[in-house]
Amino acid sequence: MGFSRKKTKNPIAAIGKTALSLKSDVTGALALLFDTVKWIVTGPFTRRSSQKGSIFHQMVFAGVESVIIVFFISLFTGIVIAMQSAYQLQQLGAVIYVAPMVSISMARELGPVFTALVVAGRVGSAISAELGTMKVSEQIEALETLAIDPVRFLVVPRFLALLIMVPCLTLMSNLVGILGGLIVGVFNLQINVFRYITFSFDMLTWKDVWTGLVKSGAFAIAISMISCYVGLNTTGGAEGVGKSTTRSVVVSFIMIVLIDCVLTGIFFFSNM
Amino acid sequence: MSEREVVVEVNDLVKKFGDRTVLSGVNLKIYRGEICVIMGGSGCGKSTLLRHMIGNIKPTSGSVKLLGTDITDLYGPDLDELRKKIGMSFQSSALFDSMTVGENVSLPLKEHTRLEKSVIEIMLKMKLELVGLRGFEDLTPSELSGGMKKRVGLARAIAMDPEIIFYDEPTAGLDPIVASVIDKLIIDLGKKLQVTSVVVTHDMKSVMAIADRIVMLYEGKVLETGTPAEIQSSKNEMVQQFIKGDYDGPIKFFQQKDDYLETLTQ
Repeated sequence: MGFSRKKTKNPIAAIGKTALSLKSDVTGALALLFDTVKWIVTGPFTRRSSQKGSIFHQMVFAGVESVIIVFFISLFTGIVIAMQSAYQLQQLGAVIYVAPMVSISMARELGPVFTALVVAGRVGSAISAELGTMKVSEQIEALETLAIDPVRFLVVPRFLALLIMVPCLTLMSNLVGILGGLIVGVFNLQINVFRYITFSFDMLTWKDVWTGLVKSGAFAIAISMISCYVGLNTTGGAEGVGKSTTRSVVVSFIMIVLIDCVLTGIFFFSNM
Repeated sequence: MSEREVVVEVNDLVKKFGDRTVLSGVNLKIYRGEICVIMGGSGCGKSTLLRHMIGNIKPTSGSVKLLGTDITDLYGPDLDELRKKIGMSFQSSALFDSMTVGENVSLPLKEHTRLEKSVIEIMLKMKLELVGLRGFEDLTPSELSGGMKKRVGLARAIAMDPEIIFYDEPTAGLDPIVASVIDKLIIDLGKKLQVTSVVVTHDMKSVMAIADRIVMLYEGKVLETGTPAEIQSSKNEMVQQFIKGDYDGPIKFFQQKDDYLETLTQ
């Protein structure tokens, strides 16, 4: 019967199609965010707030179990920045500036962004796969039939868990990155340990830290909403779950970099 | 018949998915306390009809009344209030993988009542006893067989003591003995809990065993309604073909819309 699916061969049309699906994912995620915030605000009053155990479980999965990968990525990032900047600063005879170079770039940019990318790849994909499987195996419909709102029951705990844990992971990433820089500074550039540490933190302002944390909070919202939205809108069995998982990571990555660009612009042009 | 209370009423229900019409004007009434079986071939719109009755799908036109309330345009909390009075057993059981059997069955109680934990524990045991699975609380769904999953799904459906239970293909994919057990459960639950049961199935043995009334659906329309005896002695050739399971008759299995030769030589 006429079930042949049209494949787009035209590359420009393909780009257009991708852009349109990206747009629908982002608008869908925004609508979901609205719904989620509504439940968080009204939940405690109607005695229908999410189960605390469920939030805790998600926090352990999203946060505690991400510690090792965030640790290694941040450590090596810190080492690499220290070596790359030392290569330039040596020519000016200002190797001591490696210390603030590492601490400031970790706090403002690399800590938040790398942590978000790790979480999107590790946690966002898992959320999409789990919710997608629940969708295609009628479990979401079963929840609705039991008069339990899937947004309140499934999305809110994941949203809150990421919103709490991603900034925490970012703080850890900042510190570990500074540690990586310190290894290079002390053992290769022969800077005194205490001098390195005090110089790192002296040059670091509060603004550097909180702008990074604001970014990481925004990334957490983007990751949780995109992966939940894509997961809840999965169709097409096992293949559909695979596609959803990939799509949630791709869209999350694009949105993380885009949000980073916009927020950096705002912080850069407002008074500094 | 007319003095009995109508719990589900479907009027001129039409549902289209894109340009494919699944239901084309269904009229149906289900009375309190009966076991009503909706039967028909695969793809005739049985499950779609069931999902309209519980408000999970909204019709293209027509209306659905559930327990006296029009749910055609009902969403959110209002619909949820009504859904607490019904139970649904899914074809794939639809148990929550991340929870144990006990958590699955007691979830609606935890979410919708203010009962003490100890009371919920007792109710959980009662519900599992009804489906013959007491003592299986701590297993996860992946450790259960198909028939056990169906029964846990049933226990979850009756957790809130519903007025109507909807069954989507309760015996599909089960061996004959387990299928009979499920059939007996449906009859027992109807008698013990005084609930109305709406069963969607194409398992003829099961239909004749449990039905008070049969609704035969064909190509998105009600073909015939009656008691099992009336259906069995029906003059309608299509009904007869379906009951006997003949491969040849007025209902054609192969329904290509285009010319075979033309498709081959394209």
